[in-house]
Amino acid sequence: MSNDLAWINAAISAARPQAVGALLRYFRDLDTAEEAFQDACLRALNNWPKNGPPRDPAAWLIMVGRNAALDGVRKRSRQTELPPEEKLSDLDDAEARAVDRIDASDYRDDVLRLLFICCHPDLPPTQQIALALRIVSGLSVKQIARAFLVSEAAMEQRITRAKRIVAEGDAQFETPGPVERAERLAAVAAMLYLVFNEGYSAGDNPARAQLCGEAIRLTRLLLRLYQTEPEIMGLLALMLVQHARTPARFDAEGQIVLLEDQDRSLWNRQMINEGVALIDKAMRHRRPGAYQVQAAIGALHARAATPADTDWPQIDRLYASLERLTPSPVITLNRAVAVSKVAGPEAALEMIAPLSDKLSGYFHFHGLTGALNLEIGRHAEARVAFDRAIALANTAAEATHIRQHLDRLMLDHAPAGQENAG
Amino acid sequence: MLYALLCYNDEDVVWGWDKKQDGEVMARLGVVRDRLEAAGKLGPSLRLLPTTAATTFRKSDPPLVIDGPFAETKEQLLGIYIIDVADLDEALQVARDLGEANPGGAYEIRPLAVYNAGSAEAVAKGVVAA
Repeated sequence: MSNDLAWINAAISAARPQAVGALLRYFRDLDTAEEAFQDACLRALNNWPKNGPPRDPAAWLIMVGRNAALDGVRKRSRQTELPPEEKLSDLDDAEARAVDRIDASDYRDDVLRLLFICCHPDLPPTQQIALALRIVSGLSVKQIARAFLVSEAAMEQRITRAKRIVAEGDAQFETPGPVERAERLAAVAAMLYLVFNEGYSAGDNPARAQLCGEAIRLTRLLLRLYQTEPEIMGLLALMLVQHARTPARFDAEGQIVLLEDQDRSLWNRQMINEGVALIDKAMRHRRPGAYQVQAAIGALHARAATPADTDWPQIDRLYASLERLTPSPVITLNRAVAVSKVAGPEAALEMIAPLSDKLSGYFHFHGLTGALNLEIGRHAEARVAFDRAIALANTAAEATHIRQHLDRLMLDHAPAGQENAG
Repeated sequence: MLYALLCYNDEDVVWGWDKKQDGEVMARLGVVRDRLEAAGKLGPSLRLLPTTAATTFRKSDPPLVIDGPFAETKEQLLGIYIIDVADLDEALQVARDLGEANPGGAYEIRPLAVYNAGSAEAVAKGVVAA
């Protein structure tokens, strides 16, 4: 039955991080772990429709994968035969025992380790993402290639290279201590947010947009393993409140719709509710962090029924604490938006003026400078800023958005004799 | 007889469904729900957010607030149907129909002792998630 097959596929991909993570701990080699898992999946597809899904798919896949890989080694060395398929079908008892042995804390560290090896410092961000999507999520090379708009062969090569770098590094297989675990969690959280942003910035490319869902799935898994980590709650909440807006972020032509112009009835309330619940939980710990604060900002937007209801003073305060936690000109730039609402565009322009050196190559700096100048009627300055922005646009949608501002400026306020300026 | 059908499943699987898969399962469940509703046998039904969003209040002295669900289990409580059926056999038939629409996991069939519909506005409108 196709329902069964869909369920089996979903169960296999849900079990994958745990199963590959455990197999990696056994074999200490990524390729062997992946092959063993692949083998176990083939057997699951044969076995589960006949015998029903096992109680614990991950434990089943780990057991069978490990046996298959060991058999493979034995077969290669002694040419003995594989055990008959029937022997594998009655694994219930063995499986139960295995579950007892592999306790929850092993599983936790296995999944964390698997995610962590993708954060190898020698790997550039895009390769970290590609590697995580391949080995943790189990996306095909073809799917990943499509998401990154490169050929399958090029992506295959990139992933192979990334795997080699990881294999040459000294992955730690001992149980990590608390400090090391915290460091790994932070690195993994950053990598998962990269995956999310890769999808979020994709515009209306559906192959890449699915990365948001994948990042949410993995972060939820991480939080389930580390239930009391406020920053992981914050990260998941941040992804959820941002992703909730996706249905409203682009119009029918694929153009960006700004937050204040979005149809808020299109926002995914379920995701917002989940995000808000997580922020509430995180705040109780009184251990603020960058993800929690950003999520809280997102939630304030999500809670406003109309743009006019937005609690800008509170958003300004949250950005101020974000500036303290992780000082960066981009955060100050974002804060300037809140400041423009609370204290007016002039105050915001004053705030971002000192950033002009550091952010001279940043699309959003010029976009905001243009918008603020436009608001107070400085059209010439606005036009200069918009011209710079358009040259720096990262996506067609961004460029089109600025182009619309420029077109409106040209139409409404064409300054005589300056048509060719900028 | 009022029964609660407590829906247990692996939340990593259920919350890992993409929009299309989720829509397909919900559509199949919707057929069963519509049939029950037309027969006047369906009470409120609800879907719970993942256990990562849960908080547990331990009524110890002093009370303890813990992140996460009451119990760590292989399958989690993900939803509830209230049904009004003649007997356990009929309740099991409902479970069978729902299970065919959405394989995996288990339903715990629990007869109700007390049922209060409550007066929360969102509940009365039947749109808690909105």
